[in-house]
Amino acid sequence: MSDANFDRMKNCAVEMLSVDPEKITMEARFIEDLGADSLDIVEFVQALEEEFSVEIDEDELEDITTFGQAVDLIAAKTQG
Amino acid sequence: MTAPRRAVITGIGVISAAGIGSEAFFRGLRSEPPAPPLVVDDFDPSPFFESPKEVRRHDRFAQFALAAAAEALEQAGDLLCDPDRVGVHIGTGVGGLSSIESQVLVNEKNPRRVSPFLVPMMMPNAGSAAVSMRYGFTGPCETSTTACAAGTQSIGSAFNTIRSGRCDVMVAGGSEASNTPTGTQSFINMTATSSVGISRPFDLERDGFLHAEGSAVIVMEEREHALERGASILAEVIGYATNADAHHITAPSPGGVGATACMELALADAGIAASEVAYINAHGTSTPLNDANEAEAIVKVFGTPGPAVVSTKGVTGHPLGAAGAMEAVAVSLSMQHRLLPPTANYRTPDPDMAPIHVVAEERSWEPGISLSNSFGFGGHNATLVFAPPS
Repeated sequence: MSDANFDRMKNCAVEMLSVDPEKITMEARFIEDLGADSLDIVEFVQALEEEFSVEIDEDELEDITTFGQAVDLIAAKTQG
Repeated sequence: MTAPRRAVITGIGVISAAGIGSEAFFRGLRSEPPAPPLVVDDFDPSPFFESPKEVRRHDRFAQFALAAAAEALEQAGDLLCDPDRVGVHIGTGVGGLSSIESQVLVNEKNPRRVSPFLVPMMMPNAGSAAVSMRYGFTGPCETSTTACAAGTQSIGSAFNTIRSGRCDVMVAGGSEASNTPTGTQSFINMTATSSVGISRPFDLERDGFLHAEGSAVIVMEEREHALERGASILAEVIGYATNADAHHITAPSPGGVGATACMELALADAGIAASEVAYINAHGTSTPLNDANEAEAIVKVFGTPGPAVVSTKGVTGHPLGAAGAMEAVAVSLSMQHRLLPPTANYRTPDPDMAPIHVVAEERSWEPGISLSNSFGFGGHNATLVFAPPS
């Protein structure tokens, strides 16, 4: 994924999760490191869907626990 | 036999188009009324939340409730109370209307974008819940949703919760933020609001209320508890009653029958005679029907000339479920400042109205027993009785 896409996702996370930008790394875990709960993740996914004009189904989120995994998912969906 | 538990007010907070903060609010009550729309333009919710995320997840009415509670709790000081004996009761007429409106539009465009927080934002108990969670109060946390009587009912219920012995402190009041395009239009179409944009309670030319938003919250506590911790007592709540017209969804019962009974019940609850009442902060919405019926009820209970009557809605407009709480705060401020604010825009008596003593100009006042009335769509009547600190 391009740096530009990473930055767009990072902006979504900073806004939707109210976390410090420096906490957003590929390894950051949504629940443990970014303080997100299940509803935070729903809002974050909604923001990603809007930002990247994609649809993400609930079953696609099952194995996603880190920011990096979300980056990979968006990359696959946008062929980026 | 132990003495009955008494309840006093030790903190007040207000968010209103007439002023943010209780002192600014009282100055507002003594000033030229703000021009409609009566929305709180310069309200910043961010100091009351941990993050922008939390701000976004609270409807404006819950933000108002939290801000008003913060001011009241700051004034009250360290409560020195087991959190399980601190309760919250903040009413609202409508709840999170702007959240509903905006999310309906989102849903029409794309249902997948509807906020997972819509329900917790729109629910009428969101204001009470926000205050309970913010401060860790684990006593009873409730919400009255009785339209324009909600603020008064909330304070009355809080009073009963203290009297019953369940709580030593209650954070109580009302909050409203329903000045949305649809909410305001509904009142216009109902012909409930003033067509000329002027609230003039009890005046001959009154033609409806002004739809307003805002919140008021008080800290009420058991009197001995307040005295022991050295809190400043602003006023005492000495009586409360609520009843129903069982008549019509929006119109008051003819002859002010329900309001009359409610005031009499409140006086009986306080154990005082009508002749002991010095001041009534009226519901006084500025609608032709409410004001005529309320005046008739006041004359039935208190005779002529009765107590001084003020409707602060000439300045505040009508913030629905916040109104009764704002008016309880106005009574408390009148006791502190020893001053009755005017019934703004009251110029010409209505010859067809029962003759009550409307205070048209502000005046100095020897604080005495005071009533505050609220009447809500659905036929809900509620009356509180206050006394100066003793």
